[in-house]
Amino acid sequence: MRVNFTVNGRQQEADDVWEGESLLYVLRERLGLPGSKNACEQGECGSCTVRLDGVPVCSCLVAAGQVEGRDVVTVEGLAEFAKQREQHGHGGACGTGGACGGKGGVTLDEARQWSAKGADSRTGEGVELSAIQQAFIDAGAVQCGFCTPGLLVQADALLEANASPSDEDIREALSGNLCRCTGYEKILDAVRLAAARQGEAV
Amino acid sequence: MDFLRPASWEEALAAKAEFPTAVPIAGGTDVMVEINFDHRRPEYLLDLNRIALLREWEVAEDVVRLGASVTYTQIMENLRTELPGLALASHTVASPQIRNRGGVGGNLGCASPAGDSHPALLAAGAEVEVESVRGSRLIPIDEFYTGVKRNALAADELIKTVRIKKADGPQQYSKVGSRNAMVIAVCAFGLALHPETRSVRTGIGSAAPTPIRAKTAEEFLNAALDEGGFWESGKVITPSIAKQFGDLASGAANPIDDVRGTAKYRRHAVGIMARRQLVWTWEQYRGSGNGRSLEGAA
Repeated sequence: MRVNFTVNGRQQEADDVWEGESLLYVLRERLGLPGSKNACEQGECGSCTVRLDGVPVCSCLVAAGQVEGRDVVTVEGLAEFAKQREQHGHGGACGTGGACGGKGGVTLDEARQWSAKGADSRTGEGVELSAIQQAFIDAGAVQCGFCTPGLLVQADALLEANASPSDEDIREALSGNLCRCTGYEKILDAVRLAAARQGEAV
Repeated sequence: MDFLRPASWEEALAAKAEFPTAVPIAGGTDVMVEINFDHRRPEYLLDLNRIALLREWEVAEDVVRLGASVTYTQIMENLRTELPGLALASHTVASPQIRNRGGVGGNLGCASPAGDSHPALLAAGAEVEVESVRGSRLIPIDEFYTGVKRNALAADELIKTVRIKKADGPQQYSKVGSRNAMVIAVCAFGLALHPETRSVRTGIGSAAPTPIRAKTAEEFLNAALDEGGFWESGKVITPSIAKQFGDLASGAANPIDDVRGTAKYRRHAVGIMARRQLVWTWEQYRGSGNGRSLEGAA
Protein backbone atom coordinates (compact mmCIF):
# COMPACT_ATOMS: atom_id res chain seq x y z
CA MET A 1 0.00 0.00 0.00
CA ARG A 2 0.97 3.61 -0.31
CA VAL A 3 1.28 5.88 2.71
CA ASN A 4 1.21 9.67 2.47
CA PHE A 5 2.34 11.65 5.46
CA THR A 6 4.37 14.63 6.53
CA VAL A 7 7.93 13.99 7.63
CA ASN A 8 9.91 16.84 9.12
CA GLY A 9 7.54 19.39 7.67
CA ARG A 10 7.44 18.08 4.11
CA GLN A 11 4.89 15.88 2.40
CA GLN A 12 6.25 12.42 1.64
CA GLU A 13 4.88 9.24 0.18
CA ALA A 14 6.10 5.73 0.76
CA ASP A 15 5.26 3.02 -1.76
CA ASP A 16 4.99 -0.75 -1.55
CA VAL A 17 4.51 -0.57 2.18
CA TRP A 18 3.59 -3.94 3.69
CA GLU A 19 0.45 -3.66 5.83
CA GLY A 20 2.14 -4.99 8.95
CA GLU A 21 5.12 -2.70 8.63
CA SER A 22 6.06 -0.24 11.35
CA LEU A 23 6.53 3.48 10.93
CA LEU A 24 10.14 2.91 11.98
CA TYR A 25 10.71 0.57 9.03
CA VAL A 26 9.14 3.05 6.61
CA LEU A 27 11.35 5.86 7.89
CA ARG A 28 14.56 3.87 7.77
CA GLU A 29 14.15 1.55 4.82
CA ARG A 30 11.75 3.37 2.51
CA LEU A 31 12.54 7.02 3.13
CA GLY A 32 16.25 6.59 3.87
CA LEU A 33 16.12 8.23 7.30
CA PRO A 34 18.13 5.96 9.58
CA GLY A 35 18.35 8.44 12.45
CA SER A 36 15.57 6.68 14.35
CA LYS A 37 17.23 3.53 15.58
CA ASN A 38 15.92 -0.01 15.40
CA ALA A 39 16.82 -1.92 18.51
CA CYS A 40 14.19 -3.75 20.52
CA GLU A 41 11.15 -3.52 18.22
CA GLN A 42 8.90 -3.80 21.26
CA GLY A 43 8.79 -0.31 22.72
CA GLU A 44 11.22 -1.11 25.52
CA CYS A 45 14.23 0.94 24.51
CA GLY A 46 12.94 4.23 23.11
CA SER A 47 15.68 4.51 20.50
CA CYS A 48 13.07 4.84 17.73
CA THR A 49 11.22 7.73 19.41
CA VAL A 50 9.67 10.25 17.00
CA ARG A 51 6.98 12.90 17.35
CA LEU A 52 3.64 11.82 15.88
CA ASP A 53 1.38 14.86 15.60
CA GLY A 54 3.65 16.35 18.23
CA VAL A 55 3.40 13.43 20.65
CA PRO A 56 6.53 11.38 21.40
CA VAL A 57 5.94 7.74 20.50
CA CYS A 58 7.93 4.62 19.71
CA SER A 59 7.82 4.46 15.93
CA CYS A 60 8.35 0.68 16.04
CA LEU A 61 4.87 0.34 17.56
CA VAL A 62 3.03 2.56 15.10
CA ALA A 63 1.67 0.69 12.09
CA ALA A 64 2.66 2.42 8.87
CA GLY A 65 -0.94 2.69 7.75
CA GLN A 66 -1.80 4.58 10.91
CA VAL A 67 0.31 7.60 9.91
CA GLU A 68 -1.61 8.31 6.70
CA GLY A 69 -2.20 12.06 6.62
CA ARG A 70 -0.37 12.63 9.88
CA ASP A 71 2.71 14.57 10.89
CA VAL A 72 5.99 12.96 11.94
CA VAL A 73 9.18 14.60 13.17
CA THR A 74 12.34 12.50 13.30
CA VAL A 75 15.71 13.31 14.84
CA GLU A 76 16.89 14.44 11.40
CA GLY A 77 14.33 17.24 11.52
CA LEU A 78 14.72 18.03 15.20
CA ALA A 79 16.99 21.06 14.79
CA GLU A 80 14.61 22.62 12.26
CA PHE A 81 11.62 21.67 14.38
CA ALA A 82 13.15 23.38 17.41
CA LYS A 83 14.05 26.44 15.33
CA GLN A 84 10.50 26.75 14.01
CA ARG A 85 9.18 26.41 17.52
CA GLU A 86 11.41 29.24 18.66
CA GLN A 87 10.46 31.50 15.76
CA HIS A 88 6.79 30.76 15.44
CA GLY A 89 5.83 29.36 18.79
CA HIS A 90 5.23 25.90 17.34
CA GLY A 91 7.19 23.13 15.73
CA GLY A 92 7.09 21.78 12.21
CA ALA A 93 6.13 23.48 9.00
CA CYS A 94 3.60 26.24 8.99
CA GLY A 95 3.51 26.91 5.26
CA THR A 96 0.47 24.75 4.62
CA GLY A 97 -2.26 27.25 5.26
CA GLY A 98 -1.03 28.04 8.73
CA ALA A 99 -1.47 31.52 10.09
CA CYS A 100 2.26 31.87 10.52
CA GLY A 101 3.21 31.88 6.87
CA GLY A 102 6.67 30.61 7.71
CA LYS A 103 8.18 28.04 5.40
CA GLY A 104 9.69 25.26 7.44
CA GLY A 105 10.52 21.67 6.92
CA VAL A 106 13.41 19.58 5.79
CA THR A 107 13.54 17.81 2.45
CA LEU A 108 14.40 14.13 2.38
CA ASP A 109 17.75 14.91 0.79
CA GLU A 110 18.57 17.48 3.41
CA ALA A 111 17.47 15.09 6.13
CA ARG A 112 19.52 12.23 4.72
CA GLN A 113 22.62 14.39 4.62
CA TRP A 114 22.04 15.90 8.02
CA SER A 115 24.97 15.39 10.32
CA ALA A 116 25.62 16.66 13.78
CA LYS A 117 28.68 18.78 13.34
CA GLY A 118 27.72 21.02 16.18
CA ALA A 119 28.82 24.57 16.76
CA ASP A 120 32.45 24.77 17.68
CA SER A 121 32.54 26.44 21.04
CA ARG A 122 35.55 28.54 20.01
CA THR A 123 34.78 29.47 16.44
CA GLY A 124 31.01 29.20 16.50
CA GLU A 125 31.14 27.41 13.16
CA GLY A 126 29.02 24.49 12.06
CA VAL A 127 25.43 23.63 11.43
CA GLU A 128 22.74 24.78 13.72
CA LEU A 129 21.69 22.34 16.34
CA SER A 130 18.74 22.37 18.64
CA ALA A 131 19.50 23.32 22.21
CA ILE A 132 19.23 19.73 23.37
CA GLN A 133 21.58 18.45 20.64
CA GLN A 134 24.23 21.02 21.50
CA ALA A 135 23.85 20.22 25.18
CA PHE A 136 24.37 16.49 24.54
CA ILE A 137 27.64 17.31 22.78
CA ASP A 138 28.79 19.77 25.40
CA ALA A 139 27.92 17.53 28.32
CA GLY A 140 29.54 14.46 26.78
CA ALA A 141 26.23 12.66 26.85
CA VAL A 142 27.01 10.60 23.76
CA GLN A 143 28.98 7.38 23.98
CA CYS A 144 28.19 4.77 21.35
CA GLY A 145 25.38 7.04 20.19
CA PHE A 146 22.78 4.41 19.50
CA CYS A 147 20.29 5.63 22.09
CA THR A 148 21.02 9.29 21.37
CA PRO A 149 18.43 10.02 18.65
CA GLY A 150 15.57 8.69 20.75
CA LEU A 151 16.81 10.51 23.82
CA LEU A 152 17.11 13.76 21.89
CA VAL A 153 13.56 13.59 20.60
CA GLN A 154 12.19 12.62 24.00
CA ALA A 155 14.25 15.18 25.95
CA ASP A 156 13.33 17.94 23.50
CA ALA A 157 9.65 17.13 24.05
CA LEU A 158 10.19 17.24 27.81
CA LEU A 159 11.76 20.70 27.65
CA GLU A 160 9.00 21.90 25.35
CA ALA A 161 6.40 20.93 27.94
CA ASN A 162 8.42 21.74 31.04
CA ALA A 163 11.11 24.41 30.73
CA SER A 164 12.66 23.76 34.12
CA PRO A 165 12.23 20.09 34.94
CA SER A 166 13.31 18.63 38.27
CA ASP A 167 15.66 15.67 38.27
CA GLU A 168 12.65 13.51 39.00
CA ASP A 169 10.84 14.93 35.96
CA ILE A 170 13.86 14.20 33.76
CA ARG A 171 14.23 10.67 35.06
CA GLU A 172 10.58 9.95 34.51
CA ALA A 173 10.53 11.52 31.03
CA LEU A 174 13.53 9.45 29.98
CA SER A 175 12.43 6.26 31.72
CA GLY A 176 11.51 4.68 28.41
CA ASN A 177 14.91 5.31 26.81
CA LEU A 178 17.64 2.78 27.51
CA CYS A 179 21.36 3.53 27.23
CA ARG A 180 23.35 0.30 27.13
CA CYS A 181 26.55 2.28 27.73
CA THR A 182 24.85 3.32 30.98
CA GLY A 183 25.79 6.94 30.42
CA TYR A 184 22.76 8.22 32.26
CA GLU A 185 24.51 10.74 34.48
CA LYS A 186 25.89 12.67 31.51
CA ILE A 187 22.52 12.43 29.79
CA LEU A 188 20.88 13.98 32.85
CA ASP A 189 23.61 16.64 32.82
CA ALA A 190 22.81 17.41 29.18
CA VAL A 191 19.11 17.86 29.83
CA ARG A 192 19.83 20.10 32.83
CA LEU A 193 22.27 22.10 30.69
CA ALA A 194 19.78 22.56 27.87
CA ALA A 195 17.12 23.64 30.36
CA ALA A 196 19.49 26.11 32.00
CA ARG A 197 20.49 27.60 28.64
CA GLN A 198 16.86 27.89 27.64
CA GLY A 199 16.18 29.69 30.88
CA GLU A 200 19.02 32.15 30.23
CA ALA A 201 17.83 32.85 26.71
CA VAL A 202 14.36 33.87 27.84
CA MET B 1 -2.51 -8.82 5.18
CA ASP B 2 -5.07 -6.10 4.64
CA PHE B 3 -5.09 -2.80 6.43
CA LEU B 4 -8.63 -1.60 7.10
CA ARG B 5 -9.00 2.09 7.84
CA PRO B 6 -12.57 2.86 8.85
CA ALA B 7 -13.28 6.57 9.04
CA SER B 8 -16.18 6.20 11.45
CA TRP B 9 -17.39 3.94 14.23
CA GLU B 10 -20.17 2.60 12.00
CA GLU B 11 -17.63 1.69 9.33
CA ALA B 12 -15.47 -0.01 11.94
CA LEU B 13 -18.41 -2.13 13.14
CA ALA B 14 -19.29 -3.04 9.56
CA ALA B 15 -15.69 -4.04 8.88
CA LYS B 16 -15.52 -6.15 12.04
CA ALA B 17 -18.77 -7.87 11.05
CA GLU B 18 -17.49 -8.59 7.56
CA PHE B 19 -14.03 -9.68 8.74
CA PRO B 20 -14.42 -11.12 12.25
CA THR B 21 -10.78 -12.23 12.31
CA ALA B 22 -9.64 -8.62 11.88
CA VAL B 23 -7.38 -7.54 14.74
CA PRO B 24 -8.23 -4.09 16.05
CA ILE B 25 -5.22 -1.82 16.45
CA ALA B 26 -5.28 1.50 18.30
CA GLY B 27 -2.12 2.37 20.23
CA GLY B 28 -0.43 -0.67 18.76
CA THR B 29 1.67 -1.23 21.86
CA ASP B 30 0.66 -4.90 22.07
CA VAL B 31 -0.35 -5.73 18.51
CA MET B 32 2.76 -4.28 16.84
CA VAL B 33 5.07 -6.19 19.18
CA GLU B 34 3.43 -9.43 18.11
CA ILE B 35 3.71 -8.49 14.43
CA ASN B 36 7.31 -7.26 14.73
CA PHE B 37 8.30 -10.54 16.33
CA ASP B 38 6.35 -12.62 13.86
CA HIS B 39 4.22 -14.07 16.62
CA ARG B 40 1.11 -13.05 14.82
CA ARG B 41 0.18 -12.49 11.19
CA PRO B 42 -3.40 -11.27 11.22
CA GLU B 43 -5.26 -11.44 7.94
CA TYR B 44 -6.66 -7.99 8.61
CA LEU B 45 -5.58 -5.11 10.78
CA LEU B 46 -8.44 -2.82 11.76
CA ASP B 47 -7.06 0.63 12.48
CA LEU B 48 -9.13 2.52 15.05
CA ASN B 49 -6.99 5.69 15.12
CA ARG B 50 -9.33 7.59 12.83
CA ILE B 51 -12.34 7.22 15.07
CA ALA B 52 -12.63 10.35 17.14
CA LEU B 53 -15.25 9.10 19.58
CA LEU B 54 -12.88 6.45 20.88
CA ARG B 55 -10.51 9.20 22.00
CA GLU B 56 -13.13 11.11 23.95
CA TRP B 57 -14.26 10.85 27.53
CA GLU B 58 -17.26 12.22 29.32
CA VAL B 59 -17.65 12.81 33.03
CA ALA B 60 -21.27 12.18 33.97
CA GLU B 61 -22.84 12.35 37.40
CA ASP B 62 -21.85 8.89 38.61
CA VAL B 63 -19.63 7.48 35.92
CA VAL B 64 -16.87 8.39 33.54
CA ARG B 65 -17.47 7.18 30.01
CA LEU B 66 -13.93 6.57 28.87
CA GLY B 67 -13.38 6.05 25.15
CA ALA B 68 -11.43 2.88 24.44
CA SER B 69 -8.49 4.76 22.90
CA VAL B 70 -8.11 7.50 25.50
CA THR B 71 -4.42 7.25 26.34
CA TYR B 72 -2.92 6.53 29.73
CA THR B 73 -1.25 9.95 29.57
CA GLN B 74 -4.64 11.62 29.15
CA ILE B 75 -6.09 9.63 32.03
CA MET B 76 -3.20 10.70 34.27
CA GLU B 77 -3.49 14.32 33.24
CA ASN B 78 -7.26 14.74 33.16
CA LEU B 79 -9.04 12.15 35.27
CA ARG B 80 -7.02 11.95 38.45
CA THR B 81 -9.87 13.27 40.59
CA GLU B 82 -12.61 11.14 39.08
CA LEU B 83 -10.58 7.97 38.63
CA PRO B 84 -7.69 8.11 41.11
CA GLY B 85 -7.05 4.36 41.09
CA LEU B 86 -6.94 4.16 37.31
CA ALA B 87 -4.77 7.29 37.13
CA LEU B 88 -2.26 5.66 39.48
CA ALA B 89 -2.37 2.46 37.47
CA SER B 90 -1.87 4.43 34.24
CA HIS B 91 1.23 6.00 35.72
CA THR B 92 2.79 2.56 36.17
CA VAL B 93 2.31 1.63 32.52
CA ALA B 94 5.64 1.19 30.74
CA SER B 95 7.09 4.58 29.74
CA PRO B 96 5.89 8.00 28.58
CA GLN B 97 6.08 6.97 24.93
CA ILE B 98 3.92 3.91 25.56
CA ARG B 99 1.48 5.85 27.76
CA ASN B 100 1.13 8.33 24.89
CA ARG B 101 -0.28 5.57 22.69
CA GLY B 102 -1.81 2.85 24.80
CA GLY B 103 -5.24 2.95 26.39
CA VAL B 104 -7.64 0.92 28.50
CA GLY B 105 -9.46 -0.50 25.46
CA GLY B 106 -6.29 -2.27 24.40
CA ASN B 107 -5.69 -3.58 27.90
CA LEU B 108 -9.21 -5.02 27.90
CA GLY B 109 -8.98 -6.35 24.36
CA CYS B 110 -5.71 -8.10 25.13
CA ALA B 111 -7.06 -9.24 28.54
CA SER B 112 -3.64 -10.19 29.83
CA PRO B 113 -3.76 -11.03 33.54
CA ALA B 114 -0.84 -8.60 33.85
CA GLY B 115 -2.63 -5.64 32.26
CA ASP B 116 -2.04 -2.66 34.53
CA SER B 117 -5.51 -1.15 34.39
CA HIS B 118 -7.50 -4.25 35.39
CA PRO B 119 -7.11 -4.12 39.20
CA ALA B 120 -8.13 -0.45 39.18
CA LEU B 121 -11.21 -1.16 37.05
CA LEU B 122 -12.23 -4.08 39.27
CA ALA B 123 -11.81 -2.01 42.43
CA ALA B 124 -13.63 1.06 41.14
CA GLY B 125 -16.43 -0.92 39.52
CA ALA B 126 -16.90 -0.67 35.77
CA GLU B 127 -18.83 -1.85 32.76
CA VAL B 128 -17.39 -2.39 29.32
CA GLU B 129 -19.56 -1.02 26.53
CA VAL B 130 -19.13 -3.23 23.49
CA GLU B 131 -20.87 -2.87 20.19
CA SER B 132 -21.40 -4.74 16.94
CA VAL B 133 -23.68 -4.26 13.97
CA ARG B 134 -26.15 -6.36 16.00
CA GLY B 135 -26.32 -3.78 18.77
CA SER B 136 -24.52 -2.80 21.92
CA ARG B 137 -24.29 -4.27 25.41
CA LEU B 138 -22.69 -3.50 28.73
CA ILE B 139 -20.51 -6.22 30.20
CA PRO B 140 -19.86 -5.92 33.95
CA ILE B 141 -16.11 -5.89 34.55
CA ASP B 142 -16.42 -8.96 36.81
CA GLU B 143 -17.74 -10.94 33.85
CA PHE B 144 -15.38 -9.54 31.26
CA TYR B 145 -12.25 -11.61 31.86
CA THR B 146 -12.94 -15.21 30.89
CA GLY B 147 -9.48 -16.80 30.79
CA VAL B 148 -5.81 -16.13 30.17
CA LYS B 149 -5.87 -13.46 27.47
CA ARG B 150 -9.52 -14.19 26.81
CA ASN B 151 -12.48 -11.90 27.26
CA ALA B 152 -16.23 -11.88 26.80
CA LEU B 153 -16.16 -10.15 23.41
CA ALA B 154 -17.89 -11.83 20.47
CA ALA B 155 -15.96 -12.02 17.21
CA ASP B 156 -17.89 -9.15 15.63
CA GLU B 157 -17.76 -6.85 18.65
CA LEU B 158 -15.51 -3.89 19.39
CA ILE B 159 -14.91 -2.12 22.69
CA LYS B 160 -16.39 1.37 22.55
CA THR B 161 -16.15 2.81 26.05
CA VAL B 162 -15.49 1.74 29.59
CA ARG B 163 -17.95 3.15 32.09
CA ILE B 164 -16.11 3.51 35.34
CA LYS B 165 -17.75 4.58 38.56
CA LYS B 166 -16.51 7.95 39.70
CA ALA B 167 -14.56 7.71 42.92
CA ASP B 168 -16.70 8.34 45.98
CA GLY B 169 -13.78 7.72 48.31
CA PRO B 170 -10.03 7.11 48.39
CA GLN B 171 -8.48 4.64 45.97
CA GLN B 172 -5.04 3.08 45.78
CA TYR B 173 -3.02 1.03 43.37
CA SER B 174 0.38 -0.63 43.61
CA LYS B 175 2.42 -2.72 41.27
CA VAL B 176 5.45 -4.86 42.02
CA GLY B 177 8.21 -4.89 39.44
CA SER B 178 11.97 -4.95 39.22
CA ARG B 179 12.14 -1.25 38.39
CA ASN B 180 9.87 1.74 38.27
CA ALA B 181 9.35 1.87 34.51
CA MET B 182 9.05 -0.56 31.63
CA VAL B 183 8.03 -3.56 33.67
CA ILE B 184 5.32 -6.13 33.34
CA ALA B 185 3.76 -6.48 36.75
CA VAL B 186 5.04 -9.29 38.95
CA CYS B 187 1.75 -8.67 40.68
CA ALA B 188 -0.50 -5.68 41.28
CA PHE B 189 -3.28 -4.70 43.63
CA GLY B 190 -5.98 -2.05 43.60
CA LEU B 191 -8.29 -0.96 46.38
CA ALA B 192 -11.24 1.43 46.40
CA LEU B 193 -13.25 2.59 49.39
CA HIS B 194 -16.87 3.32 48.55
CA PRO B 195 -18.20 5.33 51.50
CA GLU B 196 -21.53 5.93 49.75
CA THR B 197 -22.35 2.24 49.83
CA ARG B 198 -20.09 1.56 52.80
CA SER B 199 -18.23 -1.07 50.89
CA VAL B 200 -14.76 -1.87 49.69
CA ARG B 201 -13.71 -3.34 46.38
CA THR B 202 -10.41 -4.81 45.29
CA GLY B 203 -8.57 -5.97 42.22
CA ILE B 204 -5.63 -8.34 41.86
CA GLY B 205 -3.43 -8.37 38.78
CA SER B 206 -0.86 -10.88 37.56
CA ALA B 207 -1.56 -13.34 40.33
CA ALA B 208 -4.25 -15.56 38.79
CA PRO B 209 -5.21 -16.68 35.26
CA THR B 210 -7.35 -13.56 34.97
CA PRO B 211 -7.58 -10.29 36.88
CA ILE B 212 -9.77 -11.02 39.90
CA ARG B 213 -11.31 -9.46 42.95
CA ALA B 214 -10.36 -10.65 46.42
CA LYS B 215 -13.98 -11.25 47.31
CA THR B 216 -13.50 -13.06 50.61
CA ALA B 217 -11.24 -10.27 51.78
CA GLU B 218 -13.83 -7.70 50.70
CA GLU B 219 -16.62 -9.52 52.54
CA PHE B 220 -14.56 -9.81 55.70
CA LEU B 221 -13.61 -6.13 55.63
CA ASN B 222 -17.12 -4.93 54.81
CA ALA B 223 -18.45 -6.88 57.78
CA ALA B 224 -15.65 -5.78 60.11
CA LEU B 225 -16.03 -2.10 59.20
CA ASP B 226 -19.77 -2.35 59.57
CA GLU B 227 -19.76 -4.16 62.90
CA GLY B 228 -17.11 -1.89 64.37
CA GLY B 229 -18.91 1.24 63.21
CA PHE B 230 -15.76 2.36 61.45
CA TRP B 231 -17.48 4.24 58.62
CA GLU B 232 -19.32 6.47 61.11
CA SER B 233 -16.60 6.93 63.69
CA GLY B 234 -13.71 7.16 61.24
CA LYS B 235 -11.51 5.54 63.83
CA VAL B 236 -8.18 3.93 63.06
CA ILE B 237 -8.27 0.49 61.46
CA THR B 238 -7.04 -2.05 63.97
CA PRO B 239 -3.89 -3.97 63.01
CA SER B 240 -5.72 -7.27 63.33
CA ILE B 241 -8.33 -6.22 60.76
CA ALA B 242 -5.63 -4.99 58.39
CA LYS B 243 -3.67 -8.20 58.82
CA GLN B 244 -6.68 -10.42 58.29
CA PHE B 245 -7.63 -8.43 55.19
CA GLY B 246 -4.11 -8.87 53.81
CA ASP B 247 -4.09 -12.58 54.55
CA LEU B 248 -7.44 -13.10 52.83
CA ALA B 249 -6.32 -11.08 49.80
CA SER B 250 -3.21 -13.20 49.65
CA GLY B 251 -5.39 -16.30 49.79
CA ALA B 252 -7.49 -15.05 46.89
CA ALA B 253 -4.46 -15.02 44.62
CA ASN B 254 -3.90 -18.08 42.49
CA PRO B 255 -0.52 -17.36 40.94
CA ILE B 256 2.05 -19.39 39.06
CA ASP B 257 5.84 -19.50 39.09
CA ASP B 258 7.30 -17.78 36.07
CA VAL B 259 10.31 -15.72 35.00
CA ARG B 260 9.01 -12.62 36.76
CA GLY B 261 8.46 -14.20 40.15
CA THR B 262 7.41 -17.22 42.12
CA ALA B 263 3.87 -18.03 43.13
CA LYS B 264 4.91 -17.86 46.77
CA TYR B 265 6.35 -14.38 46.39
CA ARG B 266 3.29 -13.16 44.51
CA ARG B 267 0.95 -14.42 47.20
CA HIS B 268 3.06 -12.74 49.84
CA ALA B 269 3.31 -9.44 47.95
CA VAL B 270 -0.44 -9.30 47.25
CA GLY B 271 -1.10 -9.62 50.98
CA ILE B 272 1.36 -6.85 51.82
CA MET B 273 -0.03 -4.51 49.17
CA ALA B 274 -3.58 -5.15 50.34
CA ARG B 275 -2.75 -4.45 53.97
CA ARG B 276 -0.82 -1.27 53.19
CA GLN B 277 -3.40 0.07 50.78
CA LEU B 278 -6.13 -0.47 53.34
CA VAL B 279 -4.18 1.65 55.82
CA TRP B 280 -3.35 4.34 53.25
CA THR B 281 -6.89 4.67 51.93
CA TRP B 282 -8.42 4.48 55.38
CA GLU B 283 -6.14 7.21 56.68
CA GLN B 284 -7.18 9.31 53.71
CA TYR B 285 -10.84 8.59 54.44
CA ARG B 286 -10.36 9.64 58.04
CA GLY B 287 -8.95 12.87 56.65
CA SER B 288 -5.72 12.70 58.55
CA GLY B 289 -3.17 15.17 57.27
CA ASN B 290 -0.38 12.62 57.21
CA GLY B 291 -2.00 10.66 54.40
CA ARG B 292 0.62 9.69 51.93
CA SER B 293 0.74 11.32 48.56
CA LEU B 294 -1.09 9.50 45.82
CA GLU B 295 1.97 9.85 43.65
CA GLY B 296 4.62 7.24 43.12
CA ALA B 297 2.65 4.24 44.21
CA ALA B 298 4.30 2.07 41.58
